[in-house]
Amino acid sequence: MAEIKLDVRGETCPIPLVEMRKALRKAAEGDFIEIIGTHPASKLEIPMAADALSVKIISNEQIGNEWKIKLQK
Amino acid sequence: MSEKATIIVHSGDLDKIYSALIVANGALAMGMEVSMYFTFFGLLRLKKGGLNKGALSKMNMLGIGKRMIRRRMKKANVASLERLFADFKELGGKVIACEMTMEIMGVKRSGLNTDLIDSYGAVGTYIKEARNSTITLFI
Repeated sequence: MAEIKLDVRGETCPIPLVEMRKALRKAAEGDFIEIIGTHPASKLEIPMAADALSVKIISNEQIGNEWKIKLQK
Repeated sequence: MSEKATIIVHSGDLDKIYSALIVANGALAMGMEVSMYFTFFGLLRLKKGGLNKGALSKMNMLGIGKRMIRRRMKKANVASLERLFADFKELGGKVIACEMTMEIMGVKRSGLNTDLIDSYGAVGTYIKEARNSTITLFI
């Protein structure tokens, strides 16, 4: 199982969602995707998208103005 | 089959093209299928070199407002229309160009960015997809 890392710090709507979706499309079943970003709405919306896509949310943490979300396909 | 969103892009205004592409990319990112129908002034944005040519729908002020907004967008790190369009295509979004508009506006296929366009159609194509869509917008 691979772990894919995405850095969308400084990117704004809709890029964090779009990059997450691109990574998910390339990932294999069981792969992990870790996304780091700063766009505040995306911290809420990436988990919404994960739910809609039936992708597992492993963790979602905030460190200062950065968030880190880990998903599993 | 996944849920579907269909968007009519009637306006060619810069801000509305942004809205349409942002909504379309959001829908794709959240697992929907998306078709965008470019018609009337929206179609002009599919012309070669035409994507950024639209004015602002409000406060354009002969292009001064547009320049100001573009500067602020750059500062806020908003993605370019080229990037949003490339992402839209990469995530499987479909682009339909309105043939009647092409006739009215005298636009030939050779004058359009044909690599962005999946098909050429009319209202029937839109209705066929819109009737099975959970989201449909007219922008």
